[in-house]
Amino acid sequence: MSGPSEVLQPTSPHQRRSTAASARFYSRGVSVCLAAPLVVALAIGFVYPVTRLVGLSFEGGSLEQYRRLVAEPLYLGVLASTVKVAFIVTIASLLLGFPVAYLMARLRHGIAMVVAACVFIPLWTSVLVRSYAWVVLLQRNGIVNTLLADAGITDGPMKLIYTQGAVIVAMTHVLMPFMILPIYSTLRTLPPDYNRAARNLGAGAFRAFISITLPLSLPGVFAGSVLCFVLALGFYITPALVGGPGSMLMATLIGQQTTVLLDWPFAAALSTVLLTVTLIFVFLFRKTLSLSKGLHSVH
Amino acid sequence: MSTDLTHSTNRLSPVRDLYDSAAVQVFAKAFGVTILAVVIGCVLFFLLLPTLIVIPMSLSEKDYIEFPTSGLTLKWYRAYFSDPDWMAATWFSLKIALATTATATIMGTMAALAIVRGRLPFSSALQALALGPMIVPHIVLGVALYLVFSPLQLTGNFLGFLIAHTVLATPYVMITVTAALQRFDPALELAALNCGANRLQAFALVVLPNIAPGVAAGAVFAFLASFDEATVAFFISDIGGKSIGRKMFEDIDFNLTPVIAAVSTVLVVISLLLMGAIHLANAQKRG
Repeated sequence: MSGPSEVLQPTSPHQRRSTAASARFYSRGVSVCLAAPLVVALAIGFVYPVTRLVGLSFEGGSLEQYRRLVAEPLYLGVLASTVKVAFIVTIASLLLGFPVAYLMARLRHGIAMVVAACVFIPLWTSVLVRSYAWVVLLQRNGIVNTLLADAGITDGPMKLIYTQGAVIVAMTHVLMPFMILPIYSTLRTLPPDYNRAARNLGAGAFRAFISITLPLSLPGVFAGSVLCFVLALGFYITPALVGGPGSMLMATLIGQQTTVLLDWPFAAALSTVLLTVTLIFVFLFRKTLSLSKGLHSVH
Repeated sequence: MSTDLTHSTNRLSPVRDLYDSAAVQVFAKAFGVTILAVVIGCVLFFLLLPTLIVIPMSLSEKDYIEFPTSGLTLKWYRAYFSDPDWMAATWFSLKIALATTATATIMGTMAALAIVRGRLPFSSALQALALGPMIVPHIVLGVALYLVFSPLQLTGNFLGFLIAHTVLATPYVMITVTAALQRFDPALELAALNCGANRLQAFALVVLPNIAPGVAAGAVFAFLASFDEATVAFFISDIGGKSIGRKMFEDIDFNLTPVIAAVSTVLVVISLLLMGAIHLANAQKRG
C-alpha cells in the first residue's frame, strides 16, 4: 500500500496533521451527530459525577472540610508524602528505564524484540496481578525474606511489606513501562549517524552519549516523566495492597475515608485537592505530555 | 576559581593520555558494556519476575512458593472454576467487558471520525475532555461515580459498570483510531463519494477496511481496560454485583490463597493472547 520511501521516512506528525486538516469534509451537522453519543456518555459518566464530588466538598457553601484538612498536620503530611513518593518513583523509573529504552532502540531486531517483550508483558498484565505478586514476594514468609535469610544476610524475616519502601518498589515496577515507551519512541527516531559523527569527530562513547544522544532524547524523557508522575499521584490499587497505615498516600487516605470512616464530604475535599494538584501538573506540562506515545509504540 | 580549573586540567592530562591508549580503551569499553548489560539484565528481571511468578505459584502443591517445587497440581484452578463467587464475578466482568468493548469502540470511532474528518466546534476541548478519564486519578472518578450511582441503585449493576467503563475505555479507542485515520488518505473516501457511494457506503467499504487494524487494536485495549480495571470497579461494586477485580482485591487483602495465583494466571494468559494477536496482526500487515 505504501511505497518504500514512505516506510523509510515515516511522515512526521506535523505533516500528517496538515493533510488531515485539508481533508475535513464532513459537514458540521454530521460531525456533531458523530460526536454526540460520546459527549452524552462523558457528561453522565465523567463530568457530572466529578462536578458533584467537588460540589460536595463545599457543602453548605462552607470551607469547613478544607479548614480541617489544613489544620491537621497528618493530612498535609500525607499530601507531602504523596508528592514525594511520586517523585521518587518517577526518578527511579527514569534511571532504571532509560538504559532499557536505549537498548531496545539500538539492538538488532531479534534481541530488541526480546527486550520489548520484557517491557510489554508487565504493561499488559493487570495491575492487580502485579500488586498481588509483590504482596507474595515481600510478605513475612515471602520469597525475598526467605532468600535473604538463606543467603545469611538477615537473621530472621524483615518487615518488608506494608512499608513505604514496598510501595515505592511495587509502584516503580508498575509504572516503569510508561517511562520506557516514550523514551524508546524518541530514541528510535534518532538516526545513528549523529552518534557516529560525534565518534568520528573524536568524542568517546560517553561524551557522544552526553552531548548528542541524551539531549536529543529529552522530549521522550519529559513525556515519560510527566506521565509517570501524574499516574503515581493518583495510584490506588498498589499502595492499598502493598502499603500500610504508616505509608498512607492521598489515594489510600481517600479510600479509607470512604470505605472505613464513611466521611464523604471530607473524602470529597481530599479528592478535590488530589484532582487539582493533578490538573495543575498536567496543565503546566501539557506540551510534553503525549498520551498516545506509549500506545503508538505497540504498533 | 579560574586558576583552579587550569590546574586541575593539567593534572588530568596524564590520565587523558592513558585513557587514549588503545588497550585501555578496549578494556574500558568491554568493562562499560559489561556493567550496562548487568544493569539492564537486572532491570528486565525486575520487570518480568513479579508478572510471571504467578504461573509457578498457581501450579504449586503447597500454598507458598518453594524451589524446587514438590509437585505440580491443578487444584487451585479447580477451586477457582468450582467456586460460585469467583465464577459469578468472572461472568459479570466478562459481560461488562464485552459490552464496554462494543460501546467504546463504536462511540470512540465515531468521535475520532468527527475530530479528524469533521468540522466540529470545540474539537480540541472535546479531545481533551475525552482523554480526561486517563488523567484524572481513578480513585477520584470511583468515589464520584459511587456518589452519583448509589442513590440511583446503579452500584453493583450492569448499566452502572457499562457507563463507567465506557468512559474509561473510550480514550484508548480514540487514540488508536485517530492515528489510523491520520495515516489513511482522505482522497480515497472522496473518490468513493464521487463515484456515487453514499456516506455510509463510503465508510463501510472504503474507510473501515483501511482503519480496521486501528479499530481492532482500540477494541482490544477497551476490553482489557474494562476487564482489568480495579479502582473504579472497587467503588461501584456491591454484594449483589462484584467485578473480578473487586473480588481479587478483597481476597488479596483478607484471604490470600493460591486460588488468586490461578485467577492471575488466567488474566495474564487472556491479556497476552489478545495483545499478542494484535501485535502479530500488525507485524503481518507490515511484512
